[in-house]
Amino acid sequence: MDFLTSVLTITIRAGTSLTIATIGEILTERSGILNLGVEGIMLMGALSAFATVFYSHSIVLGFLVAVCIGGLLALLHAFLTTTMRANQVVSGLSITLFGTGFSSFLGQRLGPATNNFRLVGLRAERIAPLAPDWAKNIPILGAFLNQDIMTYAVYLLIPLAWFFLYKTRPGLWLRSVGEDPQTADAMGINVAKTRYFYTIIGGMLIALGGAHLSLSYTPGWSENITGGRGWIVIALVIFSMWNPARAVWGALLFGGINAVQFRLQASGTSIPANFLNMLPYVGTIVVLVLMTWWEALSKKVGAPAALGTSYMREDK
Amino acid sequence: MKLLFEKRKTTSVTALILVPFVSFLVSLVLTALLLAIFGANPFKTFGAMAVGAFGSSHGFAETLVKAIPLMMTGLGVAIAFKLKFWNIGAEGQLTMGGVAAAGVALFMERFLPGRSLLVGALLGGLLAGALWAGVPALLKTSLKVDETLVTLMMNYIAILYSEFLYYGPWRDPKGYGFPGSRMFSADAWLPRIMGRAHIGIWIALALAIILWVVLKRTRWGFELQIIGASQKAARYQGIAVERNIALAVMLSGALCGLAGAFEVTGISHRLQQGLSIGYGYTAIIVAWMSQLNPLAVPFVAVALAALAVGGDQVQMVMGLPAAMGVVMQGLILFPMLAGSLFTEYRLSVVRPEAKAVCPDPVEE
Repeated sequence: MDFLTSVLTITIRAGTSLTIATIGEILTERSGILNLGVEGIMLMGALSAFATVFYSHSIVLGFLVAVCIGGLLALLHAFLTTTMRANQVVSGLSITLFGTGFSSFLGQRLGPATNNFRLVGLRAERIAPLAPDWAKNIPILGAFLNQDIMTYAVYLLIPLAWFFLYKTRPGLWLRSVGEDPQTADAMGINVAKTRYFYTIIGGMLIALGGAHLSLSYTPGWSENITGGRGWIVIALVIFSMWNPARAVWGALLFGGINAVQFRLQASGTSIPANFLNMLPYVGTIVVLVLMTWWEALSKKVGAPAALGTSYMREDK
Repeated sequence: MKLLFEKRKTTSVTALILVPFVSFLVSLVLTALLLAIFGANPFKTFGAMAVGAFGSSHGFAETLVKAIPLMMTGLGVAIAFKLKFWNIGAEGQLTMGGVAAAGVALFMERFLPGRSLLVGALLGGLLAGALWAGVPALLKTSLKVDETLVTLMMNYIAILYSEFLYYGPWRDPKGYGFPGSRMFSADAWLPRIMGRAHIGIWIALALAIILWVVLKRTRWGFELQIIGASQKAARYQGIAVERNIALAVMLSGALCGLAGAFEVTGISHRLQQGLSIGYGYTAIIVAWMSQLNPLAVPFVAVALAALAVGGDQVQMVMGLPAAMGVVMQGLILFPMLAGSLFTEYRLSVVRPEAKAVCPDPVEE
């Protein structure tokens, strides 16, 4: 495989989990709920998917379990922030703290006795690329063929999510809840129900992104397998200006950074590995600063106006 | 009949004090359930944890060893959170504080004779933490860049940088490949009081009291309280919001940096792996459990440190993963977040006659 094709292959593959999770978080934030639990939910998704596939040998079941776990964690966030009006930042952070700790705990507990109850270092079925081996080696084109079904599904999801958000009535309701819950409430939209619903849907998609990591991108379980991807997702939501159609560009940019870093390391560069590994994090900060700056200059506002605030009818 | 939350006229002090305790109990019950699911006896486990954390002078000293960085970072996070500046970069600020303190201790011996080396190292750590927090603070106050992401990303950068140093240029040539710098000279060691616990505990306690006084009894503290309550109101009062936020966040980073300096000068006496083991994240739990009150921080820090030490013990004695302690820490915040509502609201029962007439259009 030539250099360009291999970088492109990894870029697209790395972009998959980022894109799914970003779309999930966009839907959640559009309802006015900021979910900083992405990192924790992705970790739990990755862990539960891998553990399920390891024992059941069914990838479909693995995805299902991950989606349920993600939905449950998101439900907890929705309950705390919507019903109990907890601070959204702290609630999300606690989901991440809990998810990080619990996934690490389960990773040392759910494994088979032969592996000292650990899941680390085990192999299970993975989602294989659809294309036959010879197709992978076609320059450039091979990068697009050498992908698993999840990746193709993501590229279907992007236009669907965009269409839903901007061209359908429920999409309009969702956006109005995030922009102005008071008015949405007056229009007869149930604000709390909407927020619950899209927080849970968002959590499911985020967990799916995590599952793609442990079942395809870096098959297997390792502690902190996400390596901060959950936080990059939150940056990507800002980068995409809360528009699913733009989510893919950010995800590919970060997938590309991953791929370049990976390839440079493999080629034995003189730059210390630690500095290469900083690239995605430095990149996130740079993108964030540029994006915020550009938004201020062009006077565009991407964020839903009511993002991060709780709404209670009785408070007025 | 319907249950409704009704806003209280004044904040309930009873709820304010009761909620953290009840949350702790709820997290115990949840963990007990979890333990039972995995076939471990919860009572035995909690017993082992308590004995591990408090049952011996060694255990208690280890609890203090973990409580010191949690107090420092907890105080730091609490100040920033008071201003609604979501500093989740305590981990990175701690790491950079440790790196800077190690840099001073390793390479400034010639310029800082005797005990001044230790003072220099601590000041270096303090300064590095403040500067590391200064970046997101300035980005936030000048360009309104989201601080949660910047502080968090800078954690990863700090940790990778410290790894680079102790695996690379600072690595002890006589260390047989051990990832760590050479040992500092004894002048840079923080005096110990009990086991590995060092005098940082007294400094941390003093800082908790000082911070409380600053926040409650000084003009600057008063300005910070107003900014935290409403930036708009603060601007009307002519308070320099941006400058105050930047200063307070740098103070927050300085405390975290000092925590890192304590770790290298008090515990490891060198820069090595294990400097960054999550104190900065647990600090978020410490700060929130303390309701952002500096005086409560030491108590909560000791409680959470006990969970961590107890977790380690449980691993050794009962073969359960040490992450057990982390899971328990994580579980505390959920009931805490849910319960905080009761400090501002009370539950009231509403009779069904006042039902809203709006239909719900969002039926999926």
